[in-house]
Amino acid sequence: MKKDSWLASPFMVWVLIFTVVPLGMVCWYAFTDASGAFTFENILKIGTYWDYLKDSLIMGAVATALCLLLGYPLAYIMSRASWGAQQTMMMLLMLPQWMNFLLRTYSWMTLLENNGLINNILGRIGLGPFHMINTKGAIILGMVYNFLPYMILPIYSVMEKIHDSLFEAARDLGANRFNTMRRVVFPLSLPGVITGITMVFVPSVSTFVISQMLGGGRNMLIGDVIERLFVGAAPNYNVGAALSLVLMVLILISMAVMKKFDDGEETGGLMM
Amino acid sequence: MSENIISLKNISVSFDDEVILDKLNLDIKDGAFVTLLGPSGCGKTTTLRIIGGFQEPDSGDVFFGSERINDLPAHKRKLNTVFQRYALFPHLNVYENVAFGMRVQKKSEAEIKAKVAEMLKLVSLDGFEKRRTSTLSGGQQQRVAIARALANDPRVLLLDEPLGALDLKLRKEMQVELKRIQSRLGITFIYVTHDQEEALSMSDTIVVMNHGVIQQIGSPTDIYNEPENGFVADFIGESNIVDGIMHADCDVEFCGTRFECVDTGFGKDEEVDVVVRPEDVIVVPKEESGLRGTVTSVTFKGVHYEMYVNVPGEEEEWIIQSTVAQEEGKEIGMTVIPENIHIMKKYTGDYASDIEFE
Ligand SMILES: Nc1ncnc2c1ncn2[C@@H]1O[C@H](COP(=O)(O)OP(=O)(O)O)[C@@H](O)[C@H]1O
Ligand SMILES: [Mg+2]
Repeated sequence: MKKDSWLASPFMVWVLIFTVVPLGMVCWYAFTDASGAFTFENILKIGTYWDYLKDSLIMGAVATALCLLLGYPLAYIMSRASWGAQQTMMMLLMLPQWMNFLLRTYSWMTLLENNGLINNILGRIGLGPFHMINTKGAIILGMVYNFLPYMILPIYSVMEKIHDSLFEAARDLGANRFNTMRRVVFPLSLPGVITGITMVFVPSVSTFVISQMLGGGRNMLIGDVIERLFVGAAPNYNVGAALSLVLMVLILISMAVMKKFDDGEETGGLMM
Repeated sequence: MSENIISLKNISVSFDDEVILDKLNLDIKDGAFVTLLGPSGCGKTTTLRIIGGFQEPDSGDVFFGSERINDLPAHKRKLNTVFQRYALFPHLNVYENVAFGMRVQKKSEAEIKAKVAEMLKLVSLDGFEKRRTSTLSGGQQQRVAIARALANDPRVLLLDEPLGALDLKLRKEMQVELKRIQSRLGITFIYVTHDQEEALSMSDTIVVMNHGVIQQIGSPTDIYNEPENGFVADFIGESNIVDGIMHADCDVEFCGTRFECVDTGFGKDEEVDVVVRPEDVIVVPKEESGLRGTVTSVTFKGVHYEMYVNVPGEEEEWIIQSTVAQEEGKEIGMTVIPENIHIMKKYTGDYASDIEFE
């Protein structure tokens, strides 16, 4: 075992260069002022940006919930389909992902615009026009559209491993569809749900592309604020780094809470 | 007189144009231990799944008592299954696995607790309540599966090769235990196996199947002593099966020798299969019998010696069992008393290939 540990060295170098060093730099900026002196000022400025942070967390949570609502049944259907159908569905799910993220999001702009495709079609049947672009709804739509596969895939991959015989065993013991879902499928899919939630929530909370393109700059998220602090007209690396750090800590906390929930379920079989 | 609890009437099933069960008829008496026995692929599991409600027959009727249950979904049938691979719920501990059926039925916590305790005691797993099923041995998982199925108070328990994955010693123990559980609870067991010894030692009734067709239904002694055809005879135990000619009632010729037998009702000079069990062959000095051969191998089997005898003109060697060993290479005579010569209508299939299917 020990003597093979050198195999991990490329990975260690990678981690050092692209994780440890940047993280160290973020921390350094976050706890220093323009002159390089140690300070808590930057962290304390979080109060100024509280509204953006709150908006980001709420919209990220809504988008995650919608992804779960849509993705869970889809993952279930996929996992129980014939092998061929599973492959086809997987293909359809991944196909849009091969298109550039910016392009995909950009195309939603043209769809949602006041005189865009959707309002055009609705207009023909005497509806609308609806104001859709540059709203919080549009941002959430963008998040759901872009991140839905990250919800479906982990759930699908755990569900697909649930053997048919467990469904038969549940039925054999008197469980109808609902009871089988509740007592077998759901608890067994929970690890996938936890992963899915994390994988959707994290990029949703920290996105800035989606909010810029579909929110029209009027619905800034914390990601936009951080971006501006780094590349905007009046850059401030120190506050930007501090905000990033706060966001990261919040995400870590939420992940830890989710993880706890997952572990609790696994050993607490008696609760179900 | 006990009633039939399960009846299958004219059940047929095909998968991809291949006939798996062909107009199967079967009545199972309430409280019996019935075994479906046959080589693998003969349709035993399919039969069990039809009774359990997991497989719809293409045609035919399934009765539970006098009620036709074709359209009754599996979860409403008053029977439970011990699955071939146990199918325990991996996210639940032993207690919750056994409690599963009762939770679904919203039984009270007190009732569940009492029943789980009773069931775990029945299968000798008391004290294992909190264990995760993945930490149990194969034999223990098997017991959990049995306890879980029995906790629902089924009138019929279906068991699909439940001991198949266990080692020989454990299998023997579990056979005794299953039999004990069955007689203690007094419910019907429908048991599937391809192991004839298991079937013989556990069952009240054995149903021998081949290619989706029932070959014989009877008690273990009937099946063993009076096999209805060569397939049953060969499958149920090692046998000598040779071509014979029925000259008249009770007068059969095989291996160039005429023997007295007890079978009647065949046509004059009808070609038949003759079955002789290895333990029924009596070794005599070669002058005393027309049936002669040379001993080619002798193996000590514990209680008896098993010997192969090359009979001139016969394709297959005879297999005989005796407590007295013969010398290899010695020429011996063999005889059989009339009661131990079993005459059967010619079986058109090929026993060897049917059985090697396993
Ligand atoms: N769902 C299915 N689809 C196609 N063929 C099947 C299916 N289930 C069983 N079979 C076939 O039916 C035959 C009988 O199977 P089975 O009842 O499982 O036999 P046994 O339990 O006696 O070994 C086998 O040849 C098997 O390949
Ligand atoms: Mg089988």
